[in-house]
Amino acid sequence: MAVLSPARRSSAPRLTGLLCLLFLIFFSHAFAGRDAASGKDRNSSGAIREDSHNQTNSTAHKKAFPVLSFEYEHVKRPFEISLWILLALLMKLGFHIIPTVSHIVPESCLLIFVGLLVGGIIKATGETPPVLDSKLFFLYLLPPIILDAGYFLPIRPFTENIGTILMFAVVGTLWNVFFIGGMMYAVCQIDAAKLGGVDLLSCLLFGSIISAVDPVSVLAVFEEIHINELLHIIVFGESLLNDAVTVVLYHLFKEFAHDKAMTVTGTVLGVISFFVVSLGGIMVGVIYGIVGAFTSRFTSHTRVIEPLFVFLYSYMAYLSAEVFHLSGIMSLIACGVIMRPYVEANISHKSYTTIKYFLKMWSSVSDTLIFIFLGVSTVAGPHAWNWIFVLFTVVFCLLSRVLGVIGLTAFINKFRIIKLTKKDQFIIAYGGLRGAIAFSLGFLLTEDENKDLFLTAIITVIFFTVFVQGMTIRPLVELLAVKRKKESKESINEEIHSQFLDHLLTGIEDVCGHYGHHHWKDKLNRFNKTYVKRWLIAGERSTEPQLISFYNKLELKQAMMLVESGSAAKLPAIVSSVSMQNSETKGLTRRRAIPTISKSREEEIRRVLRANLQKTRQRLRSYSRYDLVSEPYEDNMSEALFRKQRAMERRVSFNAGSKAYVLRFGQVHISDLSTNSVTILTLTDVLESNDIEYLFICSVLNKTWENMFLKRNKNNMFLISVLRVRDLTGLKVIWAKKNKQTDL
Amino acid sequence: MGALQSLPGQAEYCDLTAKTGFSFEQIGVLRKRFKQLSHNEETLRRDHFNEIHDLTFNPIRAQIIEAFFDRRNFHEDGQGKVREIGFEEFVVVMSHFRPPSLHMTEEQREKIRKEKLRFLFNMHDTDNNGTITLEEYRHVVEELLSRSGTLEKETAKSIADAAMLEVASISVGHMEPDEFYEGITFEHFLKLLNGFEIESRMTIRF
Repeated sequence: MAVLSPARRSSAPRLTGLLCLLFLIFFSHAFAGRDAASGKDRNSSGAIREDSHNQTNSTAHKKAFPVLSFEYEHVKRPFEISLWILLALLMKLGFHIIPTVSHIVPESCLLIFVGLLVGGIIKATGETPPVLDSKLFFLYLLPPIILDAGYFLPIRPFTENIGTILMFAVVGTLWNVFFIGGMMYAVCQIDAAKLGGVDLLSCLLFGSIISAVDPVSVLAVFEEIHINELLHIIVFGESLLNDAVTVVLYHLFKEFAHDKAMTVTGTVLGVISFFVVSLGGIMVGVIYGIVGAFTSRFTSHTRVIEPLFVFLYSYMAYLSAEVFHLSGIMSLIACGVIMRPYVEANISHKSYTTIKYFLKMWSSVSDTLIFIFLGVSTVAGPHAWNWIFVLFTVVFCLLSRVLGVIGLTAFINKFRIIKLTKKDQFIIAYGGLRGAIAFSLGFLLTEDENKDLFLTAIITVIFFTVFVQGMTIRPLVELLAVKRKKESKESINEEIHSQFLDHLLTGIEDVCGHYGHHHWKDKLNRFNKTYVKRWLIAGERSTEPQLISFYNKLELKQAMMLVESGSAAKLPAIVSSVSMQNSETKGLTRRRAIPTISKSREEEIRRVLRANLQKTRQRLRSYSRYDLVSEPYEDNMSEALFRKQRAMERRVSFNAGSKAYVLRFGQVHISDLSTNSVTILTLTDVLESNDIEYLFICSVLNKTWENMFLKRNKNNMFLISVLRVRDLTGLKVIWAKKNKQTDL
Repeated sequence: MGALQSLPGQAEYCDLTAKTGFSFEQIGVLRKRFKQLSHNEETLRRDHFNEIHDLTFNPIRAQIIEAFFDRRNFHEDGQGKVREIGFEEFVVVMSHFRPPSLHMTEEQREKIRKEKLRFLFNMHDTDNNGTITLEEYRHVVEELLSRSGTLEKETAKSIADAAMLEVASISVGHMEPDEFYEGITFEHFLKLLNGFEIESRMTIRF
């Protein structure tokens, strides 16, 4: 198999990438060809096998034992699947090696294009390319993407804009369906189009398939353009929640089209069915979510399988909802949303990382496969091209989207605090992309004379939205200067003020007397804290307030960053703020006296530091899954102890020579083991005097045994700048290497 | 417009709408609430606020109530506290939470941002000296975490310390050995919460 050579500069990786692409295409075609003609092959190979077998039987001693044999049949299926997935991933790899293209064209377009190519090659050799099987799509390819989206759904913007999102999802989609269906019926009445066979109900069915905004496409395109959170969540939320509407309308119109009649009772039942489908789906998701959260409470002894619980419960939620024809997508989202806060409080850090990466990985693979298959299916499928039908479909899709968004926004803005501007409306309208769900639904239609016509139109609309809108949205966003996603720097001040603001707004609402958004959120939080958390979260973490979890997480992250990225000799450059008590009794002049250290001392210090650091690093790495070393981050019990210890004592200690140095909060305790005496010095003393040989600073934001020290010589490793707040002394460490000063 | 003739003190309301930007209907609603809270008296006192049942669960209750009686929130140069407030002051305090209107110029938006941040700043700066000292900030964090039950004071203190140092390192580039960072001034506070989008976050629906 082609192996990508290690990346050298410029064209070599590109060339290898291209070669590999071509290789793979031909290879896959060869196998696809092989299986398509499998009938003949199987028989012949079977015959050959039988022959040799017979021969071996009858003439055991004559025919030699087959050293090398070829038997493809029994690995055929997994082999093909793996090959397709590998092909898809190599494509993805290829695009990112060729940078210029990936800047202009979004990945989804490139993947569809590759799919077209592969499909074309397969067809050119006379075999039938595989089509995107609806079962495959709905059961295997779609759930990972939705779970990934649902699990990491940003809850706060979602709930703040839930009214808007629901309006767009429900009313917007309904408007689209009826507008497109109606207008297409009107078009079909034109004699010139020769579309007389398409009746109103079929048109409405077609409308219901084509109207829904597709989450896969939206995600694929919007992820790359990084627009602000509000717009992202509105379009994305809409694409998720319109699933219920789509499901109901699709089944409803399918029934009607089948019966060729639309009844009043049918319509009423349809409306009821909508509520059942959406609320039922959510309920199924919630139930599985709670069970999943409850299960995670007991997993402290079997950390390895924790991620599996999350995946399996969510997948079961999806499948269970599909059994009852409820909205599987909503169920999956509800499960992920409900499960996440409790599960995250219970599972280990490693499991959290695992879940995150597996979800991203699966959704990435799914997404790639979907687009490639779309391309292949386009080449494969039977097409009935009718210029008028297809053209008008595209036009009306755009038109209905624009009109719908404008109309709805005018209505919604009356109720919104932060109104949607014209720019926002444009992006929302332009971001209404269609995708693979529409194709799969179309594929599920019963075979009648209109199916090919519809499929062709659907594919054209999908191509149009993904290619044209997908490619142009990025330059448009820049042209219109739409607000981009602001980089979230985790600042503890912002977190404090976030919480403060929440309570403040709740309080003001209470004073005002009306029960608004904040009031209910506060009530929900309190309910959550007093009742739900106690059941679903193990141990003491159930009572931990959010600010403290945030703070601890921040510390942990910085600690791990530090330990994983540096050795003693070249410690990474960060701002390490240290908080130590200022001894106010000493009101001395503060010269920035930094003690000088002799060379040999320096070596000793380095050695000790390195040993300490390595000890920490060793603890973070664990090899066998059967004996995971109990690390402070993982084991719940020791973590609580660990935290207590940190909060209380905050000490760093080690021995060097005959002295033991313990850094307590702001003080250095030096115990001389030989003489058994203890000297206590404060930071000020250290800064003042030259007697202390070295100082170990433990950063407040990093509570592991990371040690840095000050020294000054010609090639200054770092300088210290002293920050003094009344009652508090901090040290800001600035890295200075030779002539360059990097201040972080 | 007919409904307005039943509202007493219409001229006074015109004043208020001009000053605070509320509409007539909103001021009417607030008036009703004011009467309800004050049991039909003319002024509100602190014990009236203490009667509001829903506020009991709020960890920063005391600070919210104080904010209503703080002269600095009434107009630019106010100082000190009052014992009771009338309707006008009530509305002025509430106006800090109005949402920004759709069409605004940049400087109007900036002005509103400053106003809201000023309100927050006044809530933190309890001793009125124009800076938030470490003690005051510690107090803020302690109050925030006060309802969470089992909490060591150390943790609250260390969070406040870390936050304070973060402010110091953002606002102050380089300090001489003799210098002290006295406390967070209003400019530093503005800089600190620069990315916070407060004009849209600090709003409630009236």
